[in-house]
Amino acid sequence: MWDAFVAVFARDVLQAWRRRADWLTTIFFFVIVVSLFPLGVGPEPALLKTMAPGIVWVAALLAAMLSLPRVFGTDFADGTLEQLVLTPQPLPFLVLAKVLAHWLLTGIPLAVIAPVLGLQFGLEGEPVVVLFVALLLGTPCLSLIGAVGAALTLGVRGGGVLIALLVLPLYIPVLIFGAGAVEATVAGTGAAGHLSLLAAGLLIAIVLIPWAVAAALRIALE
Amino acid sequence: MALNWFKYSSPQTFYPLAGRLIPVFAVLAAVLGAVGLYIGFFVAPTDFQQGEAYRIIFIHVPAAWMSMFIYLVMAGWAAFGLILNTRLSSMMATALAPTGALMTFLALWTGSLWGKPMWGTWWAWDARMTSELILLFLYIGFMALQASIDDPRRADKAGAILALVGAVNVPIIYFSVKWWNTLHQGSSISFGRSPSMASTMLLGMLVMALAYWMYCIAAALMRVRSIILERERNAQWVRDLKGAPA
Amino acid sequence: MNWGSLDAFLGMGGYAVYVWGSYVASAVAIAAEVILLRRRHRTLQAQIGRSSRNPESLT
Repeated sequence: MWDAFVAVFARDVLQAWRRRADWLTTIFFFVIVVSLFPLGVGPEPALLKTMAPGIVWVAALLAAMLSLPRVFGTDFADGTLEQLVLTPQPLPFLVLAKVLAHWLLTGIPLAVIAPVLGLQFGLEGEPVVVLFVALLLGTPCLSLIGAVGAALTLGVRGGGVLIALLVLPLYIPVLIFGAGAVEATVAGTGAAGHLSLLAAGLLIAIVLIPWAVAAALRIALE
Repeated sequence: MALNWFKYSSPQTFYPLAGRLIPVFAVLAAVLGAVGLYIGFFVAPTDFQQGEAYRIIFIHVPAAWMSMFIYLVMAGWAAFGLILNTRLSSMMATALAPTGALMTFLALWTGSLWGKPMWGTWWAWDARMTSELILLFLYIGFMALQASIDDPRRADKAGAILALVGAVNVPIIYFSVKWWNTLHQGSSISFGRSPSMASTMLLGMLVMALAYWMYCIAAALMRVRSIILERERNAQWVRDLKGAPA
Repeated sequence: MNWGSLDAFLGMGGYAVYVWGSYVASAVAIAAEVILLRRRHRTLQAQIGRSSRNPESLT
């Protein structure tokens, strides 16, 4: 079972490596969206500092969402997904491997870049660290929830926009606790509560969501 | 009736049953609505704090209740359809969504009109209003997903999964929005109703809530009949309906 | 009885815009839903009636 898990994971990472440009686009999208905000609201440092956690998180949400169609899209187009569903291995487990690959390719880069963007917005010291940790805990939730949307919209008319409609409302708790963690640190009340709620949400999502994704994939391939 | 329950779980037998039930629920909705409005406007006294503006609650609170309740019922029917593979359950879920979205919209609209005179702003990012707005997004997502899938069976099942994920998420969303709200707003906006809410006010609200219930059932049944016809239009029993009364 | 006159009733103690704005919007929305539902059902019945008389022209 682990062999299959590792094989699916390695395959996705390898494919992404061959198509680096696709994944880099997502990262640059993230950076560009964040950079647009100071141009839109003005360069006042105090304002930017209060808005920074929210801006970075909203941009992370959008970037994670944009990359979702690729999670199952190529495999669906070339028939690999059908093989995957037919293997005797438990499908939720294989889904988890694909989600993990997606997180490695989008979530981690976003979390790594975010502190730099945070510095641009005048966040320093502890809030930057919390931003990084919160993104590390939150982005796997985004990948998991997003996988449901990606599986449901496979081969559906207007898939890309539809994913946004399905997934963004479900992202809201992650946004609230993620941005809240950074804001709480800035305000000096400590981020422990927010971060533990994010972690709890992640655990629940890891247990439940692969089943939903597996069911959605079976429906899409019927 | 309980014994015959399964007889009505096929679209063919449910279609005429729904046709007979719709007038019952519609009449109940009209009568209860008339009584509720009478109580609301002519029996319930003026609120000493909110003046006449509080009379919006007679339609605001029922709409808000229905908006949340319909989502749960919809998710329930969808789950039923997914697990037991009964076509009618999935059709019920699909039929409920637009009415639920309408109720959500009305709750937001009337809430906004109530908020303006009471706390001086059309919109406040209060936990309840924000959750209600997100609920509207969830309804729209459900309808958009079903509308973009051509195969009705796949649309049913995909919608069911989305509705279930949404239903699990609704309490989490509500909790998170509440948490977010308490952190960001030490402000004075209080939604607490005056403690001395006259019993006639409560009565009017409950009667109106019942009227909304009946209306939503009637509307969902009307829509489910159309859905049945659309999906079964090539079945023999539908063709035989031709002369039957609407 | 709360209202001395029709004007008082329509005035809603100065909150007419808000109260009637809510009630009228709700009434319009509900009426629109009912009308649309009835029209949808009629159209379907007409289509099915036509195609069952003339099975070749199935839509």
